[in-house]
Amino acid sequence: MSARTAPVWLTAGVVPLVNVAVAFLAAGLVVALIGENPVEALQIMLRGALGSQYGLGYTLYYTTSFIFTGLAVAVAFHAGHFNIGGEGQALMGGLGAALVALSLPFLPWPLLLPLCVLGAAAAGAAWVFIPAYLQACRGSHIVITTIMFNFLAATLLVYLLVGPMKMAGSMAPETAKFVPGATLPLMNQMAAWFGLTITRTPLNLSFIFAILAAIFVWVLIWRTRLGYAIRTVGANPDAAVYAGISPARITVIALLISGGLAGLMATNEILGVQGRLINEFTAGAGFVGIAVALMGRGHPFGIVLAALLFGVLYQGGAELAFDKPKITREMIIVIQGFVILFAGALEMMFADRIAALYARLTGKLVAV
Amino acid sequence: MSEAFQLILLAVDSAIRLSVPLLYACLAGLYSERSGVVDIGLEGKMLIGAFAAGAVASLVPNPWLGLLAAVMASGLFALVHGFASISQRGNQIVSGVAINVLASGLTAILGNAWFGQGGRTPQLPGSARFNEITLPFAEALRPVPVVGEIYYEVISGHSVLVYLALAMVPLTWFLLYRTSWGLRLRAVGENPAAVDTAGLSVTRLRYSAVIMAGILCGFGGAYLSIAQSAGFITDMTAGKGFIALAALIFAKWRPLPALGACFLFGLLDAVALRIQGVSFPGIGQVPVQAIQALPYILTVVLLAGFIGKATPPKAVGVPYLKDRS
Repeated sequence: MSARTAPVWLTAGVVPLVNVAVAFLAAGLVVALIGENPVEALQIMLRGALGSQYGLGYTLYYTTSFIFTGLAVAVAFHAGHFNIGGEGQALMGGLGAALVALSLPFLPWPLLLPLCVLGAAAAGAAWVFIPAYLQACRGSHIVITTIMFNFLAATLLVYLLVGPMKMAGSMAPETAKFVPGATLPLMNQMAAWFGLTITRTPLNLSFIFAILAAIFVWVLIWRTRLGYAIRTVGANPDAAVYAGISPARITVIALLISGGLAGLMATNEILGVQGRLINEFTAGAGFVGIAVALMGRGHPFGIVLAALLFGVLYQGGAELAFDKPKITREMIIVIQGFVILFAGALEMMFADRIAALYARLTGKLVAV
Repeated sequence: MSEAFQLILLAVDSAIRLSVPLLYACLAGLYSERSGVVDIGLEGKMLIGAFAAGAVASLVPNPWLGLLAAVMASGLFALVHGFASISQRGNQIVSGVAINVLASGLTAILGNAWFGQGGRTPQLPGSARFNEITLPFAEALRPVPVVGEIYYEVISGHSVLVYLALAMVPLTWFLLYRTSWGLRLRAVGENPAAVDTAGLSVTRLRYSAVIMAGILCGFGGAYLSIAQSAGFITDMTAGKGFIALAALIFAKWRPLPALGACFLFGLLDAVALRIQGVSFPGIGQVPVQAIQALPYILTVVLLAGFIGKATPPKAVGVPYLKDRS
């Protein structure tokens, strides 16, 4: 019996929502297991993340990083590849931005700032080039090579920050401060230009970049020839060859875009907040990107929503750890793990049942 | 006796200690991937195993119960990976990432909630750990040049988990190449449809391999927390599961070369520890990060096919779907 395609609200709405709900239920069980009330924990998180200008600013600041890394994973997904190296590419993005900022401090800011942003994207893309080339031309599995490149990036950064790039006289592994022209304005500074007063938080201009990047990815994937080629290669590389598309070429291009997006994550943390290069500044954002992309089902709109949810979790989780010392910040990592499990690896577990329920209710047989 | 010889003995001894967790995880990955299930969750399974061992051994001071807990915790995670990869035919990479992330979060939060030491488990007394065993005649043979010294410094004086890990290598070889289970396991990783046609259950074979991987990761984790150290500390595996994955590729998914690859990476680790701050004549200081990066660089070069070709089992990563139409 042939089944017709299920309506969009079912496949892109109900199924992912059920998966995420199950992930949260599992996380709630963990909270209960350590003797706290999950409902109360959720309330504290939501209030901490959304209940004040201060909380909201931090939430959107975390969201910014996750939009970039989520989009990075999604673009590679559309080409049929799993770029697990967002963490390393983002680290290198920070290095790229820092190299520009520290070597060209004499440039006026209208020139320096765009160059720093470009430096971040270029370095992120460069870091994925070798894995991308090896995947496209020699068939070396990109998952393994990007894992290796994550460790290489972390090792390289430590070497540079305790050695050649370390600020003289400082004990911490960090570079010297960038000139002001190489840093992004904070949102409260920008609001002040328009006479508005908002609370000072790390939220900065890169949030706007992240939204623009999401729009760029949507246009790229669904409204350009390149995007069509990327989706074709992702769906069926053999068919792509018959359509005159070179899977190797498209794979490399898609992964370079993916690496560039991951590298841009550094604009938030390094150019926006720190104003210098520090060690381990990504703090796992590259891996959050995997959860965000899975939850957002590879669509920029879904990714922005999922990134916002993880922003709420990160900011709310910080407040929660403050209120309930037993629930440490690692609770966010647990939730993240359950989301990757249920919305990713087990995404079809409930789909059949939901389809059956839909069929019972409407009398229409569908394939989810 | 020459000082250089003594130094080499010490380096080999510490390389053995450092390569044991790699070896357990590497052999775990070998079973799983030979059956066609990609396992990038070795790290997470070892971590949850290390935590379970540390937690249980701190409550009941018996290392064997700690080991049992490690095997069960790691085995449970392996079953989750198996359920997602085999039964639900989900993405095996995504499932592995989930295992790693979950283990990292759960060990930290449960450890803090249960023991209140910032994610550590309590310091273990000697009776709750696997202690070093002095092999027979080690002291008596010590004065014998070369042979006695090697026996005393390198071969004797490890915990039982070290000897078990080494024994697992020939055992794995035997299981894979000399039993019917091993033949079927290798076949199911290359051509599951053929195994299915022969009337064997692809699902059961793959589950048995995945569970085997869980057990071995549990041993590796227990080694970290209750043999090498006296308790669990946050993020104790520190990437060892991924180095083991690299060693597996380096060994081209074969047990005996796996021993060699793990020993090589363990030796690099031992060297990196030793050369910190040491200045070499003519070269100066070698940055320790350069040595730490070597396993990753070597693996990428090997994967690129420039020094030999690492060909994974043919059906690895592909869920098997029995055609019902």
